[in-house]
Amino acid sequence: MSILRENTVPVEQKAMGPVVRRRLTPTVIVYLALVALLVVGSVLVGLRGEVLLDQGGILNILTRATALGLVAIGQTMVILTGSLDLSVAYLVGLTSLIAAETMAGRDGMLVPGVLLALAVAAGVGLVNGLVITVLKANAFIATLGVALILRGYLEDNYTGPAGDVPRGFQHLGYDRIGPIPVAALLMLAAAALAWWYLSRTRPGYHMYAVGGDIEVARLSGVPTRRVIVTAHVLCSLAAGLTGIYLASRLGSGAPYVGTDAGYDLESIAAVVLGGTLLAGGRGGVVGTIGGVLILATLDTIFDDLEVDPFFKDVVRGVVLVTAVALYARRMIASRGRGRLA
Amino acid sequence: MTKKWATVVVAGALALAGCSSDLPDDTATAGGSPSSDANKSKFFDQAEYDRQLAFRGATPQGPDGKPWEQMLEPEMVDTAKFAKPGGKYTLCFSNAAVNNPWRQVGFKTMQQEVKQHPEITTFTVLDAEAKDDKQISDIQSLSGKNCSAIIISPNTTATLTPAVEQACQTGVPVIVFDRGVNTSCPVTFIHPIGGFAFGADGAEFLKEKVKPGGKVLALRILPGVDVLEQRWAAANEIFGGSELKVVGVEFTDGDAAKTKSIVADYIQREGRIDGVWMDAGATAVAAAEAFQDAGVDVPAIVGEDQQDFLRLWVDEGLTAVAPTYPTYQWRTPIIAALKILKGEQVPKEWVLPQPRITGDNVKDYVKQDMPPLHYAMCGCEGMPGYPGPWR
Amino acid sequence: MTWRPRLAEGTAPVLVVLFVLLLGLAIAGPAYAEPSGYLALLKRAAPLMILAIGQYFVIVSGGFDLSVGALVTAGVVIAARLINGSESATARVILLVLGFGLLVGLVNGLVTTKLLVPSFIVTLGMLLVLDGAIFLWTGGAPRGALSAGFRMFGRGAVEVPVLGEVPWSVLILLAILVAAALFMRGGTGRALVAVGDNEAAVRLSGGQVDRLRLLAFVLSGLLAAVAAILLGGFAGVSAQVGDGLEFRAITAVVLGGVLLGGGRGSVVAAAAGALSLESLFTLLNLLGVSGALESAVQGVIIIAAVAYASLGSGVRQRLRWWPKQRSSAAPAQPASS
Repeated sequence: MSILRENTVPVEQKAMGPVVRRRLTPTVIVYLALVALLVVGSVLVGLRGEVLLDQGGILNILTRATALGLVAIGQTMVILTGSLDLSVAYLVGLTSLIAAETMAGRDGMLVPGVLLALAVAAGVGLVNGLVITVLKANAFIATLGVALILRGYLEDNYTGPAGDVPRGFQHLGYDRIGPIPVAALLMLAAAALAWWYLSRTRPGYHMYAVGGDIEVARLSGVPTRRVIVTAHVLCSLAAGLTGIYLASRLGSGAPYVGTDAGYDLESIAAVVLGGTLLAGGRGGVVGTIGGVLILATLDTIFDDLEVDPFFKDVVRGVVLVTAVALYARRMIASRGRGRLA
Repeated sequence: MTKKWATVVVAGALALAGCSSDLPDDTATAGGSPSSDANKSKFFDQAEYDRQLAFRGATPQGPDGKPWEQMLEPEMVDTAKFAKPGGKYTLCFSNAAVNNPWRQVGFKTMQQEVKQHPEITTFTVLDAEAKDDKQISDIQSLSGKNCSAIIISPNTTATLTPAVEQACQTGVPVIVFDRGVNTSCPVTFIHPIGGFAFGADGAEFLKEKVKPGGKVLALRILPGVDVLEQRWAAANEIFGGSELKVVGVEFTDGDAAKTKSIVADYIQREGRIDGVWMDAGATAVAAAEAFQDAGVDVPAIVGEDQQDFLRLWVDEGLTAVAPTYPTYQWRTPIIAALKILKGEQVPKEWVLPQPRITGDNVKDYVKQDMPPLHYAMCGCEGMPGYPGPWR
Repeated sequence: MTWRPRLAEGTAPVLVVLFVLLLGLAIAGPAYAEPSGYLALLKRAAPLMILAIGQYFVIVSGGFDLSVGALVTAGVVIAARLINGSESATARVILLVLGFGLLVGLVNGLVTTKLLVPSFIVTLGMLLVLDGAIFLWTGGAPRGALSAGFRMFGRGAVEVPVLGEVPWSVLILLAILVAAALFMRGGTGRALVAVGDNEAAVRLSGGQVDRLRLLAFVLSGLLAAVAAILLGGFAGVSAQVGDGLEFRAITAVVLGGVLLGGGRGSVVAAAAGALSLESLFTLLNLLGVSGALESAVQGVIIIAAVAYASLGSGVRQRLRWWPKQRSSAAPAQPASS
């Protein structure tokens, strides 16, 4: 199942105290890095006579983290099972359109709009999952293919933003409690739900098992196909939620809102930045949220410092590779311990 | 109905819990122009089309030789309430992106314009990297800074309307340029005549130069961008009323290689092509090269004011026209902001002239020492420091 | 391994697809009734085919190279700025662009093999870095201009006895294709496939796994630079020249029946996959299929191609009389549960 087969052979173990090792899981590193980033960022922004973490700054970071966070929660699940999903970006655009067009400005159609968008999202996830498990197509190609099909549909049917969400629904995108957007709280709630599902339920354990070693999982009676399909449906549902959230924020659906933001590759980047192994089987939602917050904080700091947008890309690329290289070192050091660590 | 009540209850409960919303009041949209339903209709709008075509012949008001300060049929509004004498202005700018040469040239021109005014002490720019959602956050965070005026170049029209309304409610003067928004709350909306006029300029040229029954290929960048859709809608209208035969309408993604391939395919498929219409000139050179490589003469072609095309035009003696979407419009928002802060009147809708380059004046616009993707209509030649920053 | 079984292993279907598409072209477009039409098609397909060959080396050894699209853009932009229209700088800059591609491949390979970062992430990072750094360097938009000498390789043709006018790019493509095919039949090439098939086995038998992988990335980077020279030559300076090419190259390789995850497929099939993709686009265009549906058609076709290859491989494997070794720790293909 895994799309990556490199570096499967352990190199000699690094000598390091077991206590230090246990403390420094990738998740811990992510949050330490986040704190360090906030401190460094505050100092740099402070040197310009501004404050990074004032009300506006916190609002900014959390708002930026909301949409990417939702997509990345779903992406975490598929990556944990050793798959990945390149179709989320187009799906976000599609669901934003479905929600906004169904609502068409009517309060009464709010629930049907949301449900229809989620239903379509689940359907796309099901197709992804089935193409991978039944047609046995590699996840990369299967979801790339589905992405292209969605793109064709969008290009053929839409010439720009369409639909209209009722005003009441826009509160989802704009309300906040103090500096904390309501939608960010909902995103964190979704993350908590995903965390509970992955770490406290049997189907959640199965996802780790399938991602860790699909053969072993199958031999020990895990319904591997069902697990993979479930992960893809959940991932697409998360993308659907993102589309609905963005519709509330934009006031209408927009076909390319997901691709313009590059949610496909960006969500994968956030997940691996959060310490989840791209090959699957290790990691989790907590780290992903940390990864998303790091990306959002970087963005906000760069904006405050008025950094050239092209320089941002360079930094993002370097941060991504450095982080994963760091985790790879730690993994080698702690190899042999439980895979569910 | 119950849903409505639920919203009210939830909103009320949140309000009690000390929650606040950044959603702008509904009243702000009351005077707003078309609702987003209008986006679903075809992009052709007869009244607006007629208006734009009429603008082309109108005489602009304002200083000669400075088209970026000129205005067509302005309806002035009073800005006394925004007056903030004493200088030391902080101008804030939410930019959609700098992801193409047009925006690059424009943004550089804008930065140079800022440098000419010592009363502007800070110029804060947030780049949305072509992401609607990021631009909404950007505008929100600019609203929280001490901006004297906020300039917005929206990434898309419909989706940024709520954010622009929100910025308007902070009481800081808001200036929108390039693409518009569906609200009348900004103090001024600056733009050249528009897409219909651009599209018509090219189509009328082909109608004149290509013999009746001639085959025309229309090349478009991508669907869904309102400015580009308007260009095509106007061209389509004119082709519809002509004897020209539009043999294909293709999307090039702005990719030169794809453009060249598409044109080569059409030359093969149709035997000959008598005219090429483009909604933007970025790939005009590639289209022309496809004819050269096929060993046939380049037919009448519509380009834009980029140097590479203008040079090819002069060197090869093409039959061509270049409608422009002038980059000098990036100077105007700064000028408008200063006028507003000084309490001077500005037009509610600041329509800039939109010149086109023809065979008669193309030589004036060729600048051998500028980069191939530089836009000639930058209005920057007279600025101090030219040509350094643009090169 | 002789030529026959390798042809049987995934090359045949793509050749059939290609043949059908070319036949379709001959019927749909009068220009394809004569060789010149096909030469034009080859010329247009050459950059993608070269990218596919480069991508093949990486994929067959078990990795991904997502950075090739950004590398193509970088190559063209660098060349334009450094040449700046001056004919005399051409040769030097061409070497420099090739060297740059080599260097990027080297970095990709070193980070993948030495720092143990999955190539998907390394090359995604490289994509971001290249996209940002190049435009940081040029101030956002390409500057300068390419010389006629530089553009000759992508645009010009040369007189060849018997064949007549043959585009330079076709000659370059053929040279690379022949070299690649010979390389893959040699010891190093076979070892590369073995790395993708069963890394542990190669390591245990004393193979230089890291060095082989590094080589794959270097070749991919180098060939991306060649593609940049051809594309820049074909269509001139553009900031979007490489957009989406990485996915298209991977699609082409997969269409050629090469297994993602490595260990299977031939380089000729990968190149044939790229040619099929380009023929498909040309055919759709000739038939007047709307550009919007093009991507949908592409999506259906790649899913079908991979599904066919995977489902078919199960059958083939059962018919095989020698057992194929696979490391159980890292199954290369989707589970057949």
